Amino acid sequence: MTAGRRELRLVELRDETEDVEAIEVDLLLEAVYRHYKLDFRNYAKASLKRRLWRRAHEEGVGTLSALQEKVLHDSSCMERLLRDLSINVTSMYRDPSFYVAFRKKVVPMLRTYPFVRIWHAGCSTGEEVYSIAILLREEGLLDRTRIYATDVNADVLEQARNGVFPLGKMREYTENYISAGGTSSFSDYYVTAYEGARFNQSLMENTVFAQHNLVSDASFNEFNVIMCRNVMIYFSKPLQDHVHDLFYKSLGMFGVLALGHKESIKFTLHESDYDVVDAGEKLYRRIA
Amino acid sequence: MSYELVVIGCSWGGLSALRKVLGPLPSTFPLPIVVAQHRSSQSTDGSMTAVLETYVSLAVSEADDKDSLEPGHIYIAPPDYHLLVERGSLALSTDEKVRFSRPSIDVLLESAADAYGTRLIAVILTGANEDGAIGIRRVSQMRGKSIVQDPGTAERAEMPQAAVDTGVVDMVLSLEDISEVLLSLAGAADSRGGLHVV
Repeated sequence: MTAGRRELRLVELRDETEDVEAIEVDLLLEAVYRHYKLDFRNYAKASLKRRLWRRAHEEGVGTLSALQEKVLHDSSCMERLLRDLSINVTSMYRDPSFYVAFRKKVVPMLRTYPFVRIWHAGCSTGEEVYSIAILLREEGLLDRTRIYATDVNADVLEQARNGVFPLGKMREYTENYISAGGTSSFSDYYVTAYEGARFNQSLMENTVFAQHNLVSDASFNEFNVIMCRNVMIYFSKPLQDHVHDLFYKSLGMFGVLALGHKESIKFTLHESDYDVVDAGEKLYRRIA
Repeated sequence: MSYELVVIGCSWGGLSALRKVLGPLPSTFPLPIVVAQHRSSQSTDGSMTAVLETYVSLAVSEADDKDSLEPGHIYIAPPDYHLLVERGSLALSTDEKVRFSRPSIDVLLESAADAYGTRLIAVILTGANEDGAIGIRRVSQMRGKSIVQDPGTAERAEMPQAAVDTGVVDMVLSLEDISEVLLSLAGAADSRGGLHVV
């Protein structure tokens, strides 16, 4: 069984060398960067790989090398890949307890300012922007707040601007809204349109939706609050550090940084520049 | 072969199964253990950790993004996140549910198989769905070790049965035996005899 033995040896060899798929991922990301100037090279590999394979399957190609070829020669394929790589799934009042804490611990700070600037970084399709806008309206702060809602993907920003969310989600969102400490009736904020639940556009009067790339774009203002929940989980550690630096430079003194439940400023380069406002809800305040 | 990581997937009945598998492991257990247990997205952070802590001697925590994998530490997938393994650390995602689940056992197993290959031990316990079967295939492809709870002994047989039905599983065992096998696989390379290898 010479053939069998040779195969075995090749398999053993493969263990010592770099995995083909890992090479394909790196080359694809390099190609996307050089040809389209879109930089996903420092995204966390495990979740990125799943998203690449999802696109490969839908394009009907069997390897990531084949996906690379298609992406390089067909810009519409790149657009579809960009959607896959840059859209983060979110929901209204995801983690209701976060909004309870925001109301109790952050809103009182914001009341002391004549004017409030909030940066919602990586807002995706906007569910959490509407959530925080409703909260601020109920606290009487929305009129003197400007929300800058940014995302790398222009398509999701368009969706966010429209403020139409699936009707089928409204039951879950209503429950979330109540657990989040909502003080009104959730259905007051939207009308049922044939295409879904259309949220009251007056909520967005002071909101600016703008394209911004956390990987490559600079700070653009000084903020009282930066919200960036479950966005950096898709980034590698070095890229997370880069973004933390960007946020640090974009927060005014005593400005609040809000992260996702399973994210932390621990072990980042600015750990000691923040005070904990709420440990469980991952609310921090810049103190240095 | 020396193993470097254990991943466990469980669903319906998972907590009491985990107790039997993880309870007997000594605090000196040399490998990190990563667990995806299906649960409601509404469950309170840390609630499962608190229950497990009462009957295991290893350190337990709910996984945070980018946690590094420490020996003898049990990491639990937080509710409403996928938990993925990178080489030496954990990562989270909020991507769509996979086969109705977040955390998805398939996502955990596939990422762990990619990152750890032959150095991975993957375990599927009780559950009432088929999550984990795809992951087990990948573990086998990458020549990791796959262990499944004997469906006849499981509170719900569907999940372990789906894993067994892939035909690629290395061992089908009772919970007590899984615990022992983990100990011997983790501890020494020459403990292959005497086990119910299927």
